[in-house]
Amino acid sequence: MGEKLLMKGNYALAEAAIRAGCEGYFAYPITPQSEVGEYMSVHMPENGRVFLQAESEVAAINMLYGAAGAGFKVMTSSSSPGISLMTEGISYIAGAELPCVIVNVNRGGPGLGTIQPSQGDYFQSTKGGGHGDYRLIVLAPSSVQEIADLTYLAFDLAWKYRNPALILMDGALGQMMEKVEFKPYNEPERDISWATRGKTPDRDTNFITSLWIKPEEMEQVNLRLQAKYKEIEKNEVRYDAYNIEDAELIIVAFGLSARIASKSMNLLREKGYKVGLIKPITLWPYPYKILEKLANNERVKGFFVTELNSGQMVEDVKLGVNGRKPVGFYGRMGGMIYSPEEIVENIIPFCEEIGLKA
Amino acid sequence: MKTQIDPNKYEKVFEKTDGLKNVKTHYCPGCGHGVVHRITMEIVKELDIQHKTIGIAPVGCSVFAYYYMNVDMQQAAHGRACAVATGIKRMLPDHYVFTYQGDGDLAAIGTAETIHACSRGENITIIFINNAIYGMTGGQMAPTTILGQKSSTSPEGRNPQRDGMPINMSEIVALLPGTVYVERVAVNKPGRVRKAKKAILKGFKAQALKKGTSFIEVVSNCNTNWKMTPVEANKWIDDVLLKQYPLGVFKDETGL
Repeated sequence: MGEKLLMKGNYALAEAAIRAGCEGYFAYPITPQSEVGEYMSVHMPENGRVFLQAESEVAAINMLYGAAGAGFKVMTSSSSPGISLMTEGISYIAGAELPCVIVNVNRGGPGLGTIQPSQGDYFQSTKGGGHGDYRLIVLAPSSVQEIADLTYLAFDLAWKYRNPALILMDGALGQMMEKVEFKPYNEPERDISWATRGKTPDRDTNFITSLWIKPEEMEQVNLRLQAKYKEIEKNEVRYDAYNIEDAELIIVAFGLSARIASKSMNLLREKGYKVGLIKPITLWPYPYKILEKLANNERVKGFFVTELNSGQMVEDVKLGVNGRKPVGFYGRMGGMIYSPEEIVENIIPFCEEIGLKA
Repeated sequence: MKTQIDPNKYEKVFEKTDGLKNVKTHYCPGCGHGVVHRITMEIVKELDIQHKTIGIAPVGCSVFAYYYMNVDMQQAAHGRACAVATGIKRMLPDHYVFTYQGDGDLAAIGTAETIHACSRGENITIIFINNAIYGMTGGQMAPTTILGQKSSTSPEGRNPQRDGMPINMSEIVALLPGTVYVERVAVNKPGRVRKAKKAILKGFKAQALKKGTSFIEVVSNCNTNWKMTPVEANKWIDDVLLKQYPLGVFKDETGL
């Protein structure tokens, strides 16, 4: 067993990235994730790695592009408005199929918004964000321990599929202190034969590009990307399920909301409602199949989605449920967080609506 | 009948460098890109650094430079070449990293990335092709378009009240402590091409010194969008364009 440490989410993220062999970190400070850069500025050089504070998020994501294109394990982190600035570069990175890790410590929006926690960037994270047909692998931790574990996973998946991986957390997770244990990291073998490290006589030049001017070629690139995404959808769906064995109502929530909703689930169970919880860990690929399976179960009477936005993931839940069962929703926006009791208060009327009794 | 040439009777005075790939370029006849590609890749071969050189292609006419230059390359988003180069150079500090950018890429959309790479003194070589117009998109006004110059978005000529003034990048980056070498050259005459090659060579050599950024601005032509013949275009550089963009060394702290 490793040592248990008490750490802030943002520090745990940075430490996990270093332990996962992150060789370069390029970013621009923004609340509520500036601690990541502060930690990296000290501990990356200590470990002989590269830290650079860029002049903007636009520059940071393009530094990431260059370093990833040279075959290095690299990461950037930001928060919502900064991620918006990065989306051009993220589209290029996805198009050029470069592995890298991007962290969004989500804050309330739109616009400059607020520095308080939010899950309002779900659409931006999971449905593209930038231009063109691309997907990010999106991981959503709900505790400081999961931040550490999923940071390892984000690097591994990014490299396994040569695709950018996004860790979507929120300001509360970034700022909260919890115990965390860093597991030993086993570096998978990495192929960098495609990277730009200088042309050697035994091979033609390597080049990194997302430009294929002939539509026939561009379509082939898109087909290859889509085939890769299908493979990721087949292999990498991850979720946690709690109390679904006897559940008549399934709460679906991710990240911080899943933490709060699990308390709501217990409160509802104390009241006699048979409630379960599905916590998607991969927001893309999304765990549609378990939702479909539960929707087909006669015992399950409905689903209830709770998230810190106006109702974004609820669309994916509806895709999984596909009209078989009613889907309820409760959310808060703009940096406000619900209490477990508040969720309960909003679930009970839904239960009555669908004829579910305690 | 085809004339047979006896190679023993002639002295070879020119050979295409294998720093360039054996392909046809898409550049217009008379365009300066071919010349600057060639001298840059001749330098890479002469310095014997092909195996540790990484180039950045911009968005613009030279976007396909990676099909022509026989070195590993990355294509950067519009204007971001200096940021991409920074990412590579920080990871591979002993490699030679250069950007090859036009005026829209370097002096308009990518001004922040250019200025900050120079300000940090990234040990990269920036090759800036200034032809005072947007070539690839069909001859629109560039930040470098000179006053009175006609373009498809300044059809009556660049008007300072509406369009602002042209920007002189070499003069600007020479002011930054991070640059170690800044020179403006041209490629409209054979002698100037030789001078341009010397400048780019010094730029590459400067990388080994790790004393800062080397910035070489190449005043080039765009006879197609200037709506001139190549000969007229090269003459217009001398007669008009160089008055706005004087040639010369703006800074040299290389000691080379």
